[in-house]
Amino acid sequence: MFGLFETGFASFTPENGIMLAIGGVFLFLGIVKKMEPLLLVPIGFGVLLINLPLGGLMETIVNGQIVEAYAIGGEPAGILARVFHYGLVWEIVPAFIFLGLGSMTDFGPVIANPKTLILGAGAQFGVYAAFFIALALGSAGVANFGLNEAASIGIIGGADGPTTIFLTNRLAPQLIGATAVAAYTYMAMVPIIQPPIIRALTSKKERAIYMKPQLRPVSKLEKMLFPIIGAIIIILLVPKSAPLIGLFTLGNLLKESGVTDRLANTASNAFIDILTILLGISVGAFMSAESFLRPETLMIFGLGVAAFAASTFFGVILAKIMNLFLKEKINPMIGAAGVSAVPMAARVVQRMGQQENPRNFLLMHAMGPNVAGVIGTATAAGIFMGILG
Amino acid sequence: MPQEIVEIPITGKVLSVGIKEGDEVKEGDVLCVLESMKMENPILSPVDGKVSKIGVNADQVVNPGDTVAVIDY
Repeated sequence: MFGLFETGFASFTPENGIMLAIGGVFLFLGIVKKMEPLLLVPIGFGVLLINLPLGGLMETIVNGQIVEAYAIGGEPAGILARVFHYGLVWEIVPAFIFLGLGSMTDFGPVIANPKTLILGAGAQFGVYAAFFIALALGSAGVANFGLNEAASIGIIGGADGPTTIFLTNRLAPQLIGATAVAAYTYMAMVPIIQPPIIRALTSKKERAIYMKPQLRPVSKLEKMLFPIIGAIIIILLVPKSAPLIGLFTLGNLLKESGVTDRLANTASNAFIDILTILLGISVGAFMSAESFLRPETLMIFGLGVAAFAASTFFGVILAKIMNLFLKEKINPMIGAAGVSAVPMAARVVQRMGQQENPRNFLLMHAMGPNVAGVIGTATAAGIFMGILG
Repeated sequence: MPQEIVEIPITGKVLSVGIKEGDEVKEGDVLCVLESMKMENPILSPVDGKVSKIGVNADQVVNPGDTVAVIDY
């Protein structure tokens, strides 16, 4: 009976206040600055909701007692706890978002220029760099980062939201709030973070290298065989990448088969939008004050930007190395697009390319590494899961 | 007079054309905006010069190689 007269004010802590402010920042970034609004708005609002006490949104039953915040291993009782549990912890939502992403991806540029697959792989070195730094911090006793936590932090460097959530959920679920938000925040900040790094690593002459816009035409058959053969090869090599790569390639096949347009249209529109809403709000609702306001969170954000920067760095460096062996030089900036923030990273390269040389139209050349990077990050996650999961 | 033929680089749709025949353009000026892969992409002039011919209209679906404009310089 008293429950009806309980207000949240009595239980409101200063930490809740800080989290409300953080939720407000995400809403501001999404709505006003238009940074990744499709994710940051639901996440921001979820943060707001969960930090209004006694809402019961993330109630979990642990050992017969009701606990306010989501507890891993408990039975979800609150509405968002259930979405979080059955959607995220059960891995359904991020994996099926990948199906939607696959149905929106055009692998034409990758097929036309397979060298770019290497650039997609190169950018994943940032993931491993951050992994080792996180591990070092853990060994030094600075933070509670073991192998699993380090992998979850490292994968942020892949700039792939669903993959980050998928891996973190498997290996270090207590970090989901921080890593997911770091991943999506940095994806949104691609246009801010990447250009300085790209400029530092390349000369004006390199940035102005002209790449002929015409890639060779890619046949429908090739586009159809790519997801099928790609899935077979990748999953045989890295079996744990099966959920992400398997659904990603299925989505792509739905797009390219020519006979499943209805499904591809739904997958790339209503389906992915529904999952995005569920993902956003449950990630946000995970970020209660207790789970988020810890020193590890700040470190994760710091490491996240390091991972991201390192991925950009390695992508560009690899492109420059490739140029030592190529007769027809590639513009090394496209290496930065190996970071799998599709299509943001490709857009950054396109814009910088035009600035340096108005003739240049690097978009399609950058899309090659960009989508290869998605495969690269999902594969990196599969490798981590195979070793650590 | 040397001419620069500016071509469409990828399949897409022309959203807007920012120039008319006879316009003076500078290197980097936007000739038209091309929508492709859910993104708006400006096509820039590679040289300073004068537009002698325009090959595209707004709302036109275009392919690689289609002429955007011919610029005399």
